[in-house]
Amino acid sequence: MKLTAQHLKNVSTLSLDAERCVGCGMCLTVCPRGVLEMRDGRAKVADSDSCIECGACALNCPASALSVHPGAGCAAAVISGLLFGGDGECKCC
Amino acid sequence: MSPSTCCGEKKSGMLSRFLTGKMIETPAGEVPIVSTKYTWRDVLGTWRARWGINRMNYRVEPGLYAVGSPDENSPLFAGANYKMSFDCLRRALSGLDAWILVLDTGGVNVWCAAGKGTFGTQNLMKSIAALKLNRLVAHRTVIVPQLGASGVSGREVQARVGFSVIFGPVRAADIPAFLKNGMEATPEMRRVRFDLPERAAVIPVDLVQAMSATIKALGFLFLLDILRIGGFTPQNTTPALLAVLTGVVLVPLILPFMPVRSFALKGAIAGLAVPVFCYATFRSAASWREVAAGFLLLPVVASWFALNFTGSTTFTSPSGVNRELKIALPLYLAAAVAGSVILISGVFS
Repeated sequence: MKLTAQHLKNVSTLSLDAERCVGCGMCLTVCPRGVLEMRDGRAKVADSDSCIECGACALNCPASALSVHPGAGCAAAVISGLLFGGDGECKCC
Repeated sequence: MSPSTCCGEKKSGMLSRFLTGKMIETPAGEVPIVSTKYTWRDVLGTWRARWGINRMNYRVEPGLYAVGSPDENSPLFAGANYKMSFDCLRRALSGLDAWILVLDTGGVNVWCAAGKGTFGTQNLMKSIAALKLNRLVAHRTVIVPQLGASGVSGREVQARVGFSVIFGPVRAADIPAFLKNGMEATPEMRRVRFDLPERAAVIPVDLVQAMSATIKALGFLFLLDILRIGGFTPQNTTPALLAVLTGVVLVPLILPFMPVRSFALKGAIAGLAVPVFCYATFRSAASWREVAAGFLLLPVVASWFALNFTGSTTFTSPSGVNRELKIALPLYLAAAVAGSVILISGVFS
């Protein structure tokens, strides 16, 4: 198996409504994981298994074409979310 | 909200040794000039924070700072008030003339603060207005670190306060190249990495955070020893310590080389090596109970700490961690109960 810096497959909540995309490329700029790419003047989710759901693309998309349930990929934060509800806050950072 | 630090003194617990003591006169008021030198004190401070010493209070005063002799055409960079983040930025600006806008993120780094919303649109707009930055720079542009983009909506800042947001590179060290390239970041500059030095750097703080639970567990094993043989032997505590170190140190180091994606599984697999090693060597005389308990408990310990490392990585998502926990937690509980029952029953048999 190839050396990978990816987490689990097929879990990301990222979705792209290609109809809405205006092709500005802002999502490619802000994504720190190279999840998106431009094809025929529109953004495309090329590698959703690399997505960490940070929410940068959705927040900066001018056409609201992207949506994702954002949060921290941190066990402490997720446990706190499961126990106390909400999005989960960690005290580690 | 102008910086209240001045003249190199330490105020309200904020660090300020990086101030040169000189001020620069601007239409937005006097602005302190910072040094771009990284001294042994900064090295020591970084090292201490990495080991969790004063880490949550390693901060600089939010506000506006100058590097070199900037003017109205000089670039304006936004950053967090975590001292380690601020150090990265001022060092990267060495030899340049620039402005630094430090937002109050509660002493948290840019990426985590962006996730929490403190390095965010509201805070940035508030600071731009309060510090009258429209009088400071003619270009009305602020360069925000790319990892701040999960908290900052460039469009909203532009629409509400008239400043354009340019997302800079992920790493401050790439800023000189970014500027030379006409404020364009290469794809390489836009990616987070998590190479060996970066993984190694975050291990100490996880070690410190694992300490309290480890001490409690060792106390429990110590108590069992007392009940069983009326004294203490390192035969039970050593495997436990090895399991903790496997999860906290070994798994992060070999992370990308393990052929599974799940952190819980990475930890469990590496953790299985601990009882195999112990019972093959110094614990070869262990009873069946001890062997069974070891194989149940030790991988769980390593797995738990490996799963905790997700919080330190740059490539895990909340959905991924959530799925891991939903599978792992019930298994942990079952193994922990079974292992403990076997261990304790051995004491009274």
